Amino acid sequence: MLLIPCPWCGERDETEFRYGGQAHVARPLDPNATGDAAWAEYLFMRDNPKGWFRERWNHAAGCRRWFNMVRHTITHEIASVYKPGDPKPELPE
Amino acid sequence: MTGHRLPSGGRIDRARPLSFRFAGRRYQGFAGDTLASALIANDALLVGRSFKYHRPRGIYAAGAEEPNALVQLGAGAYSEPNARATQVELYDGLTADAVNAWPSLEWDLGALTGLVSGLFVAGFYYKTFMWPRAFWNRVYEPAIRRMAGLGKAPREADPDLYDKVHVHADVLVAGSGPAGLAAALAAARAGADVLIADEQAELGGSLLAARGTLDAWLRATLDELRGMPNVRLLPRTTVFGYYDHNYLCLLERRTDHLGPAAPAGLSRQRLWHVRARQVVLATGAHERPLVFAGNDRPGVMLAGAVSTYINRYAAVPGKRAVVFANNDGAYRTALDLAEAGAQVLAVVDPRESSPGDLPAQVRARGIEILNGQAVAAATGGKRLEAVSIGPLGGGAARGVACDLLAVSGGWSPVVHLFSQSQGKLRWDEAKSCFVPGTAAQAQRSVGAANGTFALGAALAEGLNAGAEAAKDVGFGGWRAPEPPIVDDPKEAPPHPLWQVPGAEGRGKSFVDFQNDVTASDLRLAAREGFESVEHLKRYTTTGMATDQGKTSNVNALAILSDATGRAIPATGTTTFRAPYTPVTYGAMAGRDRGDRLDPIRVTPIHSWHVARGAAFEDVGQWKRPWYYPQGGEDMHAAVRREAKAVRTSLGVLDASTLGKIDVRGPDAAEFLDRVYTNGFRKLGVGRCRYGLMCRDDGMVFDDGVTTRLADDHFFMTTTTGGAARVLEWLEEWLQTEWPHMKVYLTSVTEQWATVSFAGPRAGDVLRELAPAVAVDEESFPFLSMREGVVAGLLARIFRISFTGEPSYEVNVPSHHGLALWEAVMAAGEKHGITPYGTEAMHVLRAEKGFIIVGQETDGTVTPLDLGMDWIVSKQKDFLGKRSFARPDTSRADRKQLVGLLPADPAEVLPEGAQLVWDAAESPVRMVGHVTSSYWSPNLGRGFALALVKGGRDHHGKTILAPLAGKTVAARIVAPNFLDEGGKPLHG
Ligand SMILES: [Zn+2]
Repeated sequence: MLLIPCPWCGERDETEFRYGGQAHVARPLDPNATGDAAWAEYLFMRDNPKGWFRERWNHAAGCRRWFNMVRHTITHEIASVYKPGDPKPELPE
Repeated sequence: MTGHRLPSGGRIDRARPLSFRFAGRRYQGFAGDTLASALIANDALLVGRSFKYHRPRGIYAAGAEEPNALVQLGAGAYSEPNARATQVELYDGLTADAVNAWPSLEWDLGALTGLVSGLFVAGFYYKTFMWPRAFWNRVYEPAIRRMAGLGKAPREADPDLYDKVHVHADVLVAGSGPAGLAAALAAARAGADVLIADEQAELGGSLLAARGTLDAWLRATLDELRGMPNVRLLPRTTVFGYYDHNYLCLLERRTDHLGPAAPAGLSRQRLWHVRARQVVLATGAHERPLVFAGNDRPGVMLAGAVSTYINRYAAVPGKRAVVFANNDGAYRTALDLAEAGAQVLAVVDPRESSPGDLPAQVRARGIEILNGQAVAAATGGKRLEAVSIGPLGGGAARGVACDLLAVSGGWSPVVHLFSQSQGKLRWDEAKSCFVPGTAAQAQRSVGAANGTFALGAALAEGLNAGAEAAKDVGFGGWRAPEPPIVDDPKEAPPHPLWQVPGAEGRGKSFVDFQNDVTASDLRLAAREGFESVEHLKRYTTTGMATDQGKTSNVNALAILSDATGRAIPATGTTTFRAPYTPVTYGAMAGRDRGDRLDPIRVTPIHSWHVARGAAFEDVGQWKRPWYYPQGGEDMHAAVRREAKAVRTSLGVLDASTLGKIDVRGPDAAEFLDRVYTNGFRKLGVGRCRYGLMCRDDGMVFDDGVTTRLADDHFFMTTTTGGAARVLEWLEEWLQTEWPHMKVYLTSVTEQWATVSFAGPRAGDVLRELAPAVAVDEESFPFLSMREGVVAGLLARIFRISFTGEPSYEVNVPSHHGLALWEAVMAAGEKHGITPYGTEAMHVLRAEKGFIIVGQETDGTVTPLDLGMDWIVSKQKDFLGKRSFARPDTSRADRKQLVGLLPADPAEVLPEGAQLVWDAAESPVRMVGHVTSSYWSPNLGRGFALALVKGGRDHHGKTILAPLAGKTVAARIVAPNFLDEGGKPLHG
């Protein structure tokens, strides 16, 4: 079970969190001016890398806040956590 | 020596004799014995029959790696299957049975018939039973079920109590042998918070089975650790799982060793959840068997186990012994046997010479060492009678009569936890074993678990690792204590001997005793192309079951490597998975069973429902009254009566479970406009509006009525089951997409109790209970809310309806819920007020064609599919709107909501029934399914809601529901079965 450092609460067990998938998937600013392909891309398509991944988490059974996390999908190493709106960190080597 | 128990020595308490029963016979042992050691002291080596061939099997090891001595412990509800006799602490009155013998251990039918032998070749699961097919049910399966298989799970509920513990530790040490204790000592002295766990009753690991060595150090170390406030010692506790981020699970057995004398109220076992900053793995090593014909005869035992039984339990497994080993360590067993008064006939060593210190001591005692030779076969029935010893290269063999053969094929570090932690193993050619390689987590392996077998080096490694682990968690500046002086003998390297050559033709040579897999099974599998070790494992079943290949994995791998001509590291190793040893379901469940499995939520009015004999339905975690049977009514009769009452006079429903969210802030109206498909900005204060929410893919997500309390304040209701989901989802949009919006969301589901009364007399009741509230149509119109006093309670009164009848939903603070309910019941009595449950509510709303999210919808249904265009705004944008224009979402042949009237009015279609146009078509095309179906007392017939492809274009047509045994025809109609006045349209 992962030990996840919530940016507001500190380290907590994974069972307190809900996974939110890939981070930085921008919702088109004007959906009605967005073509079908681009809209489908936003709705359905997500990266699934073997390695470092920027992803969203929600501290559902804690402060109920959303944040972003850089996690390695194989080793589960956590490189950093950051708040929504913070600049996108570089991925580790 | 007389008998098999030494008159002195060992760690048993001769002042405390214990009596016990095994396989129907009465025996005596002592406190400090395991069931296995007590049986050995009684010369009762035969403990079971093997899994497939029903060969007699004896105690083989002395610990967790025991493959044979599985017993059914205790009886009745307390019975435990597959307990390893080597780990069962003896208590007075213990009873146990062999697990796989029928009709009895001594007379086993499976072994006598010889029937089974041919059935169980490698891959028997896949080959033998394929033909003829009819034989499977009638012949093979019953035969296998009786013949093969291990213990029996008790049928009664588990009467024991189990607990869970959640702790943090700076350093968790798994294993309390010399290396583990040294690590704990060093880490604790440095100041770290240390948890040290060991599966055995007594801490000390291999030191407990060694003669004299380090006794004083062991005592002093344990005393020091016990006295330290930063140290927790956990004997009888197995570290069985090593998960991500140094999360480990431990099983502590608290009363198993007490048997029936266990104090009542004390939990039997505890599951420890430990988050450790550093881990030290000191889990020791398992000795490997040697593979030769008949190597499973009772009386063949691991050499280390023989030493353990002699030195720790004063139990001598045999009187005429041969030792067969490819390494120096096992020569200690020859010395231990000789010391215990057994006759050691020879040490058989396949190595050309044995120049080490221990062989020299053996030689000095006059024991014959046969270098360059091997045991090719062991013979005997229920007990070993003789072994056949011959030169490795071939040549004349000689038979030696004996009752004990101590074998050692070398040692395998217990790398299970390391491997579970995702660490990579490395093959150590010189030591012929897998050792921990690249670590994946904050851990260190020490001692035999790390391939460091010599005592002195293991101690030094443990001390060092403990100090380093402490330093890594912030307790630096401390040097590891000096290790005690140990005079380790000089040892010659072991020489691998994976299978004795020439043994194959002389009988079965077992690799995996628990699963009855032989060397020829493995070679056959390799010839058949199962060259991957993972395939081999599944095909032959080697390394499976409760044992997980503790004694067999490396031997099997080496034989596969030989059969396929690859080096061992290139052949691979199987993945070790948790648990290291079996864990009871009781411990995993802890106290979360029965009513505590999941929270049970009840409304403030629950006690009234219970008193009225309501049947309850689970809706999420809520208990909701389903119907209220009266005087022997069944569900149908009760629902009929309740649904009728609402349409003709008055019904009352406990609607407190509805999700309620308080939405507040200057941007609240704009926010609701974005999440509902219809508009909320222009909703007047005091007005209510039904709203539908979609996900951004256009699919219906939830629905409910939202009321404007003030310009910047709304009261939202959600479905009962969707409350938490909706709140989380709204929060997600606010926090991640629209953080600039000023809106606060608060769950108030449990702050309000909701009593909903509906029917032609609803207005009369409200007038009586709320004389100060104007109830006439003009001052209190449909879809509005008034605050006022109802039955003396401050209340919010909503005039909304989910039944099509006039109805009022009165909300009061939760603690007044029951008072309000009782007042409504009293006021309604003269109108024949009828409490109704969720089932009648479903019938009533379905008659009106009102959907239930999650019943008419399943995440693939849009508002347009439901025919709810009227609620979808053309002007504003909202979540999901863009998706309605997607090609797939705007298809004309999407499934659409329709009503169904079965041709036979008495018919009630099953919910979920598939719908087709032409049942004779092959393959038949499924064009829809029934989503809700009931008997309606108001229509006097069965009716249903359904989703049908292009259904709106097919009103009036007949569709078919093929069911088991019959096909039901139904007419498609609009999904509303009542006219505006609430009178039936059909029927
Ligand atoms: Zn938090």
